[in-house]
Amino acid sequence: MLTIDNLHVRVEDHEILKGLSLDVNPGEVHAIMGPNGSGKSTLAGVLAGKEDYEITEGTLRFKGQDLTEMEPEERAREGLFLAFQYPIELPGVSTMQFLKTAVNSVRKHRGEAELNVAEFLRLMREKAALVNLDPRLMQRAVNEGFSGGEKKRAEIFQMALLDPTLAILDETDSGLDIDALRIVADGVNGLRSPERSFVVITHYQRLLNYIVPDVVHVLVDGRIVRTGGPELALELEEKGYDWIKQHAAVEA
Amino acid sequence: MARTTPETHPLAHRLEDAFAASFQGDGAPGAFAALRRRAMEAFVAEGFPTPRREAWKYTDLRRTLRSDYALQPAAPALSVADLDALDLPGLDASRLVVADGHFVEALADLSGLPEGVMVSSLRGALASGQPIALAHFAHVAAVEGEPFAALNTAFDLDGFFVHVPDGTVVERPIHIVHLTTTDEPAFVQSRHLVVVGDRAQVTLVETHATRGTAGFGNHLTEWVVGEEAVVDHVRVQGEGDDASGVNAVAVQQGGASTFRTLTFTFGGHLLRNEVQARHEGERCATAIGGLYVLRGGQHLDTHTLLDHAAPNGTSDELFKGIVFDHATGVFNGKVLVRRAAQGTNAYQQSQGVVLSDDARHFSKPELEIYADDVKCSHGSTTGAIDAEALFYCRARGISEAVATALLLYAFAHDVVERVPLPALRDWLDRRIEARLK
Repeated sequence: MLTIDNLHVRVEDHEILKGLSLDVNPGEVHAIMGPNGSGKSTLAGVLAGKEDYEITEGTLRFKGQDLTEMEPEERAREGLFLAFQYPIELPGVSTMQFLKTAVNSVRKHRGEAELNVAEFLRLMREKAALVNLDPRLMQRAVNEGFSGGEKKRAEIFQMALLDPTLAILDETDSGLDIDALRIVADGVNGLRSPERSFVVITHYQRLLNYIVPDVVHVLVDGRIVRTGGPELALELEEKGYDWIKQHAAVEA
Repeated sequence: MARTTPETHPLAHRLEDAFAASFQGDGAPGAFAALRRRAMEAFVAEGFPTPRREAWKYTDLRRTLRSDYALQPAAPALSVADLDALDLPGLDASRLVVADGHFVEALADLSGLPEGVMVSSLRGALASGQPIALAHFAHVAAVEGEPFAALNTAFDLDGFFVHVPDGTVVERPIHIVHLTTTDEPAFVQSRHLVVVGDRAQVTLVETHATRGTAGFGNHLTEWVVGEEAVVDHVRVQGEGDDASGVNAVAVQQGGASTFRTLTFTFGGHLLRNEVQARHEGERCATAIGGLYVLRGGQHLDTHTLLDHAAPNGTSDELFKGIVFDHATGVFNGKVLVRRAAQGTNAYQQSQGVVLSDDARHFSKPELEIYADDVKCSHGSTTGAIDAEALFYCRARGISEAVATALLLYAFAHDVVERVPLPALRDWLDRRIEARLK
């Protein structure tokens, strides 16, 4: 599904990712944990095709294709979805029009018929229920005036609408209270399937109580320094990132 | 009269000659002879403005103003069929037509106007001694230091005259079709006067189109808005890409009146729009807005002046510009709060989006405040399309082109939302959408 090999990424003059490798198979949920500044969000941005990053070394393949050759919209149409850490407000852009355009762009790419308004509304209602999103929010401009929790739920709702094969959740848990966290996690769990993979990027172990990963990676200073099962997240929570940083230093 | 200096534009010389000729024989300007001579002197003193003048810093007319323009063409022969393509679908409105600077009586559809409302040729009204036209003509727009207004006042021009009597509410909007039909580029002037009585209400929609070869237009409208009157005005500039000119609006507002005007610019080569509103009485409200979508080598220069001359007035300005290719947008908005205008609340916002390295947008707010108890705020931004927003759309599978159109449309939307007529709003929506593609 996703194969990252020896990825080096530079932002302006700083090397942020320094040889990151990762393999995600269909149906797997991978968690990537790391302290602030370890390169977590850079990884998310690079996968989605954000322009500010320069890949200086390594390869990035998604379903066998070279991701670096693809525009952000092509990646999305091929089934890659990024749930933004800070979803963007688009004042004046109708949520309905935005989502319908997005869904139909993806459907068209897949050779599926575009949805008409009635069909789209039906799909929207069905998916909104999944994350308990107030349908009245759809009357507003995209994300405009949404609370932090509403924005995060709206991202998961968009994910459900676009039906991706690989979803990257960039700190979707940040700023969520426990109820919102549970709703978001339930939404994600409802979408788990043997064909769909997830990369869950988080600073805290808390989210992983609800979205139980198959594999946990620890990212420190642009490299994955440790990989294990769900128990690694618990150990990290208990001992803190300093513990792993010291280990990483010793092993290096 | 002192002849202008040799470096003066040849067109100015030709206009002076035409002016001199108009004082001989049948073209004698009659009652306004003295006024017209004064106006011509004001024009000659200034000549056509050059970028050396601060108010014309970004707009150079020298390459646009041609010396061989035909001057003030005759009225064209038009039939109602010529207007079909110019209709605003769904807009139920009275109609009048100004073609090549002439009020076209035969094409006016003024059925259903309330009793007492007068719509006619301004030249006709002045010639026949219509007292309201005589009382207000050339009393609102200044000519000193304003060469185009001066030139406009110097000639015996035609255009429309609208008078809404005190207390009369005109429910149906009046649609004014401005049409250029000349075969060769011409210098065309027109002059208009709208007098809205106390407590009267009216909505005017002006649309501009070209069916032929356009040249340079110099159009001036004076508005006299009575106490507690409410006026809505929308201008849509859809001229051909060879059309250049100046469209000036001078407004004088009586106490507690409301004047709202919006300008949408899609066409034209080099256009200058000027709006001046002066609060003569207390508690006036003025809203001025505009949206322009410029492509190719288009140039639009918008100048506004809000003259708060009486207490407790409000003004609200919102201009948005979308500039593609190597087009240029200019916004200069001056808010003048005179000493007497205590309690003024003035707000001004100008935003430009530039979509190419060669596109330019200049935005200059000017506040001049002499009263101490006032609230004035302004904001001005010019920049590229928001990269974060664009990426967010693309990350959802929306192509860059569609995402750009979506975001620009959203940017434009709050100006469109101010349009008071739903049918006009829908029509503008479609035009903007098409223009952004």
